[in-house]
Amino acid sequence: MRTPVALAVLGLAVLVLPLVAPPYYVTLMLPFMAYGVILLGLNLLFGYTGLVSFGHALFIGIGAYTGAVLTTKLGVRHMELILPAAALAAAVVAAPVGALCVRYVKIYFGMLTLAFGMVFYTFLLKFYRLTGGDEGMRMLRPYLLGREWTGFSKVDYLVGPYYYFSLAVLVLATLVMWRIVGSPFGLCLKTIRDNPLKAESLGVSVARHRWYAFMISAVYAGVGGALLAPPTGNVDPTLAYWTHSGNIVFMVLLGGFSSFFGPLLGAFAFIFLQDTVMSVFPYWRLIFGAVLAFIVIFAPGGLMGLFARRPPVEVSGA
Amino acid sequence: MILEAHDLRKLYGDYVALDGVSLSVREGEFVSIIGPNGAGKSTLINVLTGVLAPSGGHVRFKGRDIGGIGPVALTRLGMARSFQLVQIFPELTVLETLQAAVVSRRQHGSRLFASLRADHRLHAEALEVAALFGLADKAHRRARELPQGDKKLLDVASAFTLRPEIILLDEPTSGVSTADKHTVMEIMVGAAKQIGLRSIIQVEHDMDIVFGYSDRIVALHQGKVLADATPAGIRADAHVVDTVIGRKR
Repeated sequence: MRTPVALAVLGLAVLVLPLVAPPYYVTLMLPFMAYGVILLGLNLLFGYTGLVSFGHALFIGIGAYTGAVLTTKLGVRHMELILPAAALAAAVVAAPVGALCVRYVKIYFGMLTLAFGMVFYTFLLKFYRLTGGDEGMRMLRPYLLGREWTGFSKVDYLVGPYYYFSLAVLVLATLVMWRIVGSPFGLCLKTIRDNPLKAESLGVSVARHRWYAFMISAVYAGVGGALLAPPTGNVDPTLAYWTHSGNIVFMVLLGGFSSFFGPLLGAFAFIFLQDTVMSVFPYWRLIFGAVLAFIVIFAPGGLMGLFARRPPVEVSGA
Repeated sequence: MILEAHDLRKLYGDYVALDGVSLSVREGEFVSIIGPNGAGKSTLINVLTGVLAPSGGHVRFKGRDIGGIGPVALTRLGMARSFQLVQIFPELTVLETLQAAVVSRRQHGSRLFASLRADHRLHAEALEVAALFGLADKAHRRARELPQGDKKLLDVASAFTLRPEIILLDEPTSGVSTADKHTVMEIMVGAAKQIGLRSIIQVEHDMDIVFGYSDRIVALHQGKVLADATPAGIRADAHVVDTVIGRKR
């Protein structure tokens, strides 16, 4: 019963935050919410299916560029259209990529996803006319709920309507993912994570379930990627670069992949830690490298594992 | 005839693992496959369960050729198996393991938004099987925390949950202490009757178990069937006793 209370308190805090906190911190919440969506998807693959993708920035890039192309080139400004389009674009790419990748496991799966990510990164970089090359593309301020929000300054727009819109998307994505991991499908994914040989002998098609999980996680990354773009107003190829894929894997490890909410905590901790460390120390990657080493060696359950009394390796239905 | 293998051959390069093996299993039969290490038992199991395609000959289950069709298709047809080295889902509870088997049997594995928790029939059926195997009081324990004998039972129980017509048990009592072997077998055979399993094939080294439960015994040696007879027939065959079973001193 602790979890619902904790969630209620957190929910309330997040709701009133824009009213009480300085805009700077409120805008920091925007990438957190975008990454939150991305990580929920990534963890379906990582924590629930047992596959570590090092190429998920590919789908973040697809989502972000979908938003940029729609707003600047096609005149589609409604976020309610941009998000489904980003999801669809990610799914269309994930279908063939996933079908190939899920035939491999462990390091081979990771390397293959990495390779596809790099192919897309190079495409974004080299097809200058289409993508703007290394300069990227502008992402125009999207309409929300059919409104342009013309009277709002950029900051007012971000800490007001866009904040609540992102929050709604994150909450919806969380509820849907909660449903998925508690479904018969989710149970089958866990059997595959634990023991693919046994899963197959019980009639669970390992390749098919991995493929579905891959596509769902790609859709989440696409939606999160589209959410990531409006605050910066610009998309560029680094979104699809492999270090970005590494960052999101780091966030999942930081928060703890064996718990449902671990990745959300990881995204939050990452964003605010990065902000704090960067402001006092230019070589923030040095600190983050040390943190990563510490987690892997001493706290494999991540931050969530430190809070929970259960042993960190436990991966439950929660 | 529920399962029928005819003149199975399996080559690994120059090595002949199966050299013309024929055997059949009738409805209601408990058949044991015995033989020394290297006799071809593992290969035979893998061919009988559709994991490997034979190099020659064919294997038919309910009249259908199942050579190399793979485990998923085989379970759909009604054959299940357990493993020599116990195979469990370490992080799942007993109940979750059995629920997964029910989900698979009902072909509900692609249901993304159905709720496991709200499915009371699923819960009830998983508990029922757990009870049959004496695992009901451990239903919420994680599989990796179970003692070895219970892990073995869970492996078999999950296969039984598929309600197959025939089950292939690969050394069902390996890794189980001598004292518990008969208990484990009694539970398995009792559960088989309850569930309505039509036939059981087992590969087993423990001759007490083999002679205690089998209707028929198939002795393999160097990739060939050395003998195929009732337990009494096997005991009377001096050649088989010498090469496969060994004499008690």
